[in-house]
Amino acid sequence: MTVEAHTDIAVVGAGPAGLSAALNAARSGQTVTLIDAQPGRGGQIWRGAKVDTPHPAATLLHALDACPNVRWPGQTEIAWVEASGDDRTLILHGPDGLTRLHTGRVILATGAVERFLPFPGWTLPGVTGAGALQAMVKAGLDVRGARVVVAGSGPLLLAVAAGLRQAGARVLGIAEQAPLASAARFGLAAARLGGKARESAGLAWALRGVGYWPGTYPVLAEGNGTLERVTLRRAGRNTTLDCEWLAVGFGLVPETRVAALLGCALTDSGAVQVDAWGQTSVRGVYAAGEITGVGGVDKALHEGTVAGCAASGQIERLRDAAATSARHSAFQAALDRAFTLRPELRELPAPHTVICRCEDVTHAQLRTQAGWTDAKLQTRCGMGACQGRVCGPATEALYGWRFSGVRPPLTPLPISDLLTPP
Amino acid sequence: MPELWIEGRAVRVPDGSSVLAALQNAGIRTLRQSLSGEPRGALCGMGSCLECRALVDGRVVRTCLTPVRDGQHITLFAEGVHDR
Ligand code: FES
Repeated sequence: MTVEAHTDIAVVGAGPAGLSAALNAARSGQTVTLIDAQPGRGGQIWRGAKVDTPHPAATLLHALDACPNVRWPGQTEIAWVEASGDDRTLILHGPDGLTRLHTGRVILATGAVERFLPFPGWTLPGVTGAGALQAMVKAGLDVRGARVVVAGSGPLLLAVAAGLRQAGARVLGIAEQAPLASAARFGLAAARLGGKARESAGLAWALRGVGYWPGTYPVLAEGNGTLERVTLRRAGRNTTLDCEWLAVGFGLVPETRVAALLGCALTDSGAVQVDAWGQTSVRGVYAAGEITGVGGVDKALHEGTVAGCAASGQIERLRDAAATSARHSAFQAALDRAFTLRPELRELPAPHTVICRCEDVTHAQLRTQAGWTDAKLQTRCGMGACQGRVCGPATEALYGWRFSGVRPPLTPLPISDLLTPP
Repeated sequence: MPELWIEGRAVRVPDGSSVLAALQNAGIRTLRQSLSGEPRGALCGMGSCLECRALVDGRVVRTCLTPVRDGQHITLFAEGVHDR
């Protein structure tokens, strides 16, 4: 069944940026609808946050719950978008089918996804994203006693390792592809990606005794049906570790699919372009958080406030916002530089290594293609179930292609939901 | 604690788990086979890779996004079965 609904402001994404945008927008008295695919609010970083537990997210959730003008349907995603003039209709898909949500303004807070870089064996069950394994543990996966190697790049690896350890896993080590100098300067300091500088001290304590190996990256995952061991390379030398899980992610990339459907312009680095008020190139569409550049919780909360106020016409509340924004952007740019991917990572796939997991397209088939469009036509790369969510960022890193495959519907829809009469 | 049926086998899982976690804790890490027959398991944990898809009560869902509920029936796409 298709339901019609109306809201003044739609906030897409219920992570820190989306929650803060929703709360600030709601203070204007206008109606706000908060949309997220997860069953609970909090996004990836605050996943599973509850109102009644002591948590930095709790205050925000509590304040939101006190707003009668905020709707939170939960487990709802944008399938496609229809726009005419300043009116937009977001077609939402949830457990009960489709909803046509008519909205004046949109705040995009869709966050970021992990970048996966293919190497031989990366498709084995047991090899997951870094943030992914953390998310699975938060969703109930039992890792007590399991041996885990954490690998990839960026400050997220530290938080992931600490979380896994807390859940009882044996973290064998953290392989960071960036060189020692970057890791030392930005590794622990960047723990404030999770909010608050003092968290870096807590992180160091949680990780005591765990090896942190800069300049190290995975080159091979092996096992009979599922993961049994991982080979890491450091300064040309290989080491093989037995493990049940490899949590590997090479940084985060802004999730700009909904932005692309709405026609928002992107920056050269693939983030959504915004002005000082968080407005994108499309009038009435705002963006906040990781989709404007990956810079952590504090940046997300701040940008959520800016976009929430601006979208609801409370510009007077934003007198001091510009200076704070500049500080966050500088931190984010420095992070990007510190964790630049080393060129050797591009040489990791073997000819038979699968790059597009949905369609099983290999490196040998792809490396001779001229670009994303050719690859799609010749090999079906990116045309499978995930629609390029995994291989898009991977091929960007491997071959320098620019991903251009956003097509509605963004989410696979059961045919029955499309066919039932409104 | 909800009780669910994984491939016909009854398991009890803690409330608040995802169906994916229930499968993984039951020792099932291979959730489907790829087009060329490779074993595959969950990759992203947040709904974007679709590697974790399975049938829950007859509907294809991403198990990482699906909370467990009492009486659910879960069927895998392994053994060469896939949804296209
Ligand atoms: S694990 Fe990627 S969609 Fe569920």
